Amino acid sequence: MTRVYVSRDSAALSMGAEAVARAIAAEGVSRNVTIEIVRNGSRGLLWLEPLVEVETAAGRVAYGPVMPADVPGLFAAGFLTGAQHTLGHGITEQIPYFAKQERLTFARVGLTDPVSLDDYEKHDGYTGLRKALTMTGAQIVEAVTTSGLRGRGGAAFPTGIKWKTVLGTTAEQRYIVCNADEGDSGTFSDRMIMEGDPFVLIEGMTIAGIAVGATKGYIYLRSEYPHAFRTLNEAIRVATTRGYLGTSVLGSGKAFDLEVRLGAGAYICGEETALLESLEGRRGMVRFKPPLPAIEGLFGKPTVINNVISLASVPIILDRGGEYYKNYGMGRSRGTLPIQLAGNIKYGGLVEKAFGVTVRELLYDFGGGSHSGRPIKAVQIGGPLGAYLPESQFDTPLDYEAFIGINAMVGHGGLVVFDDTADLAQLARYAMEFCAIESCGKCTPCRIGSTRGVEVVDRIVAGVRREGNEVLLRDLCETMLGGSLCALGGMTPYPVLSALNHFPQDFGLPAPAAAGAGV
Amino acid sequence: MPMMTEIDYGTPPSASTRQVSLTIDGMEVSVPEGTSIMRAAAVAGVGVPKLCATDSMDAFGSCRLCLVQVEGRRGFPASCTTPVEAGMKVSTQNDKLADLRRGVMELYISDHPLDCLTCAANGDCELQDMAGAVGLREVRYGYEGDNHLGMAKDPSNPYFTFDPAKCIVCSRCVRACDEIQGTLALTIDGRGFASKVSAGQTADSFMESECVSCGACVQACPTASLMENTVIKAGTPDREVTTTCAYCGVGCSFNAEIRGSEVVRMTPNKDGHANHGHSCVKGRFAWGYATHADRITKPMIRQKITDPWQEVSWDEAIGYAASEFKRLQSTYGRDSVGAISSSRCTNEETYLMQKLVRAAFGNNNIDTCARVCHSPTGYGLKQTMGESAGTQDFDSVRQTDVVFVIGANPTDGHPVFASHMKQRLREGARLIVADPRQIDLVRSPHIEADYHLKLRPGTNVALLTALAHVIVTEGLVAEEFVTSRCEVPSFEHWREFVARPEHSPEATADITGVPAAEIRGAARLYATGGNAAIYYGLGVTEHSQGSTAVIGIANLAMATGNIGREGVGVNPLRGQNNVQGSCDMGSFPHEFPGYRHVLDNAVRGSFEAEWGVTLDAEPGLRIPNMFDQAIAGAFKGLYLEGEDIAQSDPDTQHVTASLQAMECIVVQDIFLNETAKFAHVFLPGSSFLEKNGTFTNAERRISPVRKVMEPLGGKEDWEVTVALSNALGYPMHYKHPSEIMDEIARLTPTFAGVSYEKIDRMGSIQWPCNAEAPDGTPVMHEAVFVRGKGRFLPTEYIATEERVNGKYPLILTTGRILSQYNVGAQTRRTANVDWHEEDRLEIHPHDAEERGIREGEWVGIVSRAGETTLRATITERVQPGVVYTTFHHPESGANVITTDNSDWATNCPEYKVTAVQVMPVFGTSEWQQRFHQFSDQQLQLLQQRVPAKAAATTR
Repeated sequence: MTRVYVSRDSAALSMGAEAVARAIAAEGVSRNVTIEIVRNGSRGLLWLEPLVEVETAAGRVAYGPVMPADVPGLFAAGFLTGAQHTLGHGITEQIPYFAKQERLTFARVGLTDPVSLDDYEKHDGYTGLRKALTMTGAQIVEAVTTSGLRGRGGAAFPTGIKWKTVLGTTAEQRYIVCNADEGDSGTFSDRMIMEGDPFVLIEGMTIAGIAVGATKGYIYLRSEYPHAFRTLNEAIRVATTRGYLGTSVLGSGKAFDLEVRLGAGAYICGEETALLESLEGRRGMVRFKPPLPAIEGLFGKPTVINNVISLASVPIILDRGGEYYKNYGMGRSRGTLPIQLAGNIKYGGLVEKAFGVTVRELLYDFGGGSHSGRPIKAVQIGGPLGAYLPESQFDTPLDYEAFIGINAMVGHGGLVVFDDTADLAQLARYAMEFCAIESCGKCTPCRIGSTRGVEVVDRIVAGVRREGNEVLLRDLCETMLGGSLCALGGMTPYPVLSALNHFPQDFGLPAPAAAGAGV
Repeated sequence: MPMMTEIDYGTPPSASTRQVSLTIDGMEVSVPEGTSIMRAAAVAGVGVPKLCATDSMDAFGSCRLCLVQVEGRRGFPASCTTPVEAGMKVSTQNDKLADLRRGVMELYISDHPLDCLTCAANGDCELQDMAGAVGLREVRYGYEGDNHLGMAKDPSNPYFTFDPAKCIVCSRCVRACDEIQGTLALTIDGRGFASKVSAGQTADSFMESECVSCGACVQACPTASLMENTVIKAGTPDREVTTTCAYCGVGCSFNAEIRGSEVVRMTPNKDGHANHGHSCVKGRFAWGYATHADRITKPMIRQKITDPWQEVSWDEAIGYAASEFKRLQSTYGRDSVGAISSSRCTNEETYLMQKLVRAAFGNNNIDTCARVCHSPTGYGLKQTMGESAGTQDFDSVRQTDVVFVIGANPTDGHPVFASHMKQRLREGARLIVADPRQIDLVRSPHIEADYHLKLRPGTNVALLTALAHVIVTEGLVAEEFVTSRCEVPSFEHWREFVARPEHSPEATADITGVPAAEIRGAARLYATGGNAAIYYGLGVTEHSQGSTAVIGIANLAMATGNIGREGVGVNPLRGQNNVQGSCDMGSFPHEFPGYRHVLDNAVRGSFEAEWGVTLDAEPGLRIPNMFDQAIAGAFKGLYLEGEDIAQSDPDTQHVTASLQAMECIVVQDIFLNETAKFAHVFLPGSSFLEKNGTFTNAERRISPVRKVMEPLGGKEDWEVTVALSNALGYPMHYKHPSEIMDEIARLTPTFAGVSYEKIDRMGSIQWPCNAEAPDGTPVMHEAVFVRGKGRFLPTEYIATEERVNGKYPLILTTGRILSQYNVGAQTRRTANVDWHEEDRLEIHPHDAEERGIREGEWVGIVSRAGETTLRATITERVQPGVVYTTFHHPESGANVITTDNSDWATNCPEYKVTAVQVMPVFGTSEWQQRFHQFSDQQLQLLQQRVPAKAAATTR
């Protein structure tokens, strides 16, 4: 019997993976060949989806992108034994795009059947939790602190410190909340984890619960992720049945339960306090801090609220130790980051690399340049609130501090690529418009400022009092940066100012002095 | 928004006792831990610009004007949401902050109409002030961008207008509705730039929404977006006078804001100890009756009630009244005349009324409308604890863990206190409601009663005894409290009594209609849930066993130790503004001021010495006795102030018959009320805005009533009583009501320390106020009961004689509605009728179906006493077998149906239980036809009144 892998990841499904899987099954029947089709997560080589992998003695052999019409030909060519084919790419793990990665958090994604707990256990799953159950809460927190793990949602706050705060509270009820409202443009790593290896998130949350004494966890999932919703719920059901969740996790006497809650489509609910409001059943409005959610979070109780990737990185830290994780990375950015390449890029997909990889390496060594073949003009990193980096900044290493140094941010690690046809004035306008659409409306700079921002950019582009309006746009950005209640209004100026600073000609303004252009 | 005369600290005070020191703009400040930087700055005299913050609500952090810099911290934290920390170094002013604030203000003004000069809030607008404070000189965005300037106003509320164009989306109104009022009617609809304040669903106007028009949102609005129509019309006020609301027993403190001699608005006083800056639709808005065209401002007399009225001078009117009373007394005897004062009168007025009766009439025929509402409270609490008053202050509820509401409907009857109670309930206090109806409190936003004991009307005593049974038989008695604080033999006797099997919830479930398990659960919760407080109203007192029920309540509180500290107690919610005070002032035929019996020689002697007359030692006539004696021909003359017995007292036909049997009825009132239609002398009264005095609210709080405008009739009410006494031959010499209070203080031990000077200084005082408690007494019975030891009394349930049968199968019970007040004389003459233009009969769908009654149709209601008609409202709020109505409109004739049954101890009428039949009808009842005929005739006689001779003076 031959084992064939066809991904169940949304990206693969959107490319027709379902039809391909059916075609392979049907072809197998008609050829009287016994095939086991495993619906795995995605390897992250998205330009190859639907990717079909065949298990051979030498390893898994990749074919892609496969269309149903290709299936008879693949059979004819003997792909079940790993034979050559025009769609063939050899051993998956030897494809340079994959081979060059450092997969810690994504170690199992694409390798295993996402909802098979046996598969998960077979691939080192739940060893982190088992270790955690032998430790005190403080020891677990210490391991996470040692690892240097920082919040992968974008704020990069040290996870260990957050956990320690919750551990230090006296409340009887505490919560773990996973922020799975992955709404940044060009990001999909959370989704890939939840669809491709949900147990790692469940394990991470369970460890968090054991560490800080929380007995209940919520995954706040954006409603646009129906596959992730089903996969997570199935995995939670299996984990509960097998004693990994429930009133006594693995017989430890420690309780931890998990529940998935769906959002309702508001970007702002990815902001942690608005998320908590939404989770409590209210409209997603930003809360002011302090009090920190770690002190007064969900339902007023101490709450660890972490991004999917942060929590999914915890099992390996517990399994291999904080030092192991810490050995990856640079400066104060430790470990690895699942980077997502999107937009106008030839090889879009997921690249997990240790911090320190440069933007240029990602764009060209991994991404292969633009999809259109035209020169890359700018790349927006960190979602819709991230700065647009010009070519002159492509040698910046992925490092939180290095990015702050150029008024940019790593954020959730999404890169959206634009070629030289892009109009950065329109993209700056779009940043303001996005903020206007997604603003919760609570604070004045964001509520009114974003709408005024669109108008001012329009006036600049239309040539109305250009210089005065440029000053006004910069003043508005200062007001939003310094005055907004949360990061939505507070970071919208990043894409606007980076566009204005690096591409003034797109606004009809004079080009920057040559010397300063690259800074 | 109130006149900006008070400092707004931006955020509420912190309750912490730990002080934190920090530096603000180089100044050392020490404030309680948990204080915001904004408040700390205000304490130091530094005003940080702000718009969304106000110290009546929790910080919100939305406007971003109050940003500051803190040494060693990134960014610009909002000073309203950032708590102080020890050693913090805060800068509130620098160039960067100035730029940020100006930037924010520039955004605000880019979406705000530029009509300051013609705006109703001009000069009284926080946005305007802040634009000045941050130095905004130019709006570079222009005014062509997207904006809200064209949005339509919502004028649906009769008292205020919502102008969304002027809204700055600070959410203060929404937060006020949520946090202060607790109705949660308002919300922000939409998000981002489209965010807008909305009353309920998108399409709802304020009037169509859940809004109860409490005014909290208008009070909170920093611009003219929510603005009183009176201010829009008259302009902003230029001075204010602090006074006390004349509506319910909460006794809210208000600032009457005045322009010239015209009241422009009434705003709740933030320093008001009863209301803490909150208000309801009545006190806040429904004061226009004071200058209503129906006001009668000239004294009038007539020989017979079929004669047209004759306007006369004050001297002539008072002279005529005095001569008539003297004639009646010489013809029919000293006891043939009397007086009824009202709970709406000031303490000083009611004191003078009883003094006039005792000293000038020479009898004790003085009674007050408290007879018909809370007289059982006086009796029951005096018998058990020793003082005829509630045990707590309102603020006590903030410490309460279990709220037990029985026979009261606070959200309608005592709305401002209800809001404070609801704040505590939303914080997690548990709730027990005993009421035949599903009052709003049973289930309202974020509040749900743990137990709603839906008892049958008239079975309070059985219910209370069953609760006591559970407490006693399940070992929930606070034994130590009982042993040390109460009369043990009385307790033992009571314990044995309530423990009897026939008093168990199971045995009495058939009587009360309440499942035994619910009673047991409620009793356990009350006894073991922490600080438990009982709040009750007329649903307890207005029964044939009203006094027994009050005793039952006191028993429960004593048995569980819920007396004598914050958070617990027995709290009668008084109906009218001065029920407590009118009772305190000796308005009863058997009691001198301070609840001391007329038989007590020492007490009587002290009054005889002060007043210089010999006083009658025999108790006088109670109100119902006056009626009976009038019909019997022995009682002939009555002086009434501010009381409308023809509408408010039970068995109307009996009342009007007695009025017609009398020869001289003197009515002192601001309107020609129903009783005045039977009067021979009409003396123009003065509204609460036109006189000085004091009111005492349900928590024994004596608050000042201050003259805001000159009396329309030329005399304050106390002056009228003085003049009448003088004319009767008993001279009174007061020059100011403060002198009356001084006399009260001299003669009444519980008031010994009360003076106007002290009230002015403290704002208000809770009696007892004397040498032992010079600043008054918020919580009573702390160390010992007033009577020494608490006394338990058995409470045998005796069913009312008013029973349902085949002919009268339904029980009618009566109550109040938020927008109307009592007989409606005031509120019916305001736009409050927009909420309640008629009294309706609430009937359960099952009972309606059985009778073929449809929603809104006319039904006849027949009792053993009479018959009237009302339109039906079909609702499950009432239980099957029970119907309900209000009595705010005279033509409804609710009291035509109520009977003359009354409380065994105090004669308080049994308003709450009347057996009736209800049937669809086509026309009005015979009584209503006669009522309309008589009323029309009397209004004609008023219109035909003969003006006074030109020479006659008005004073």
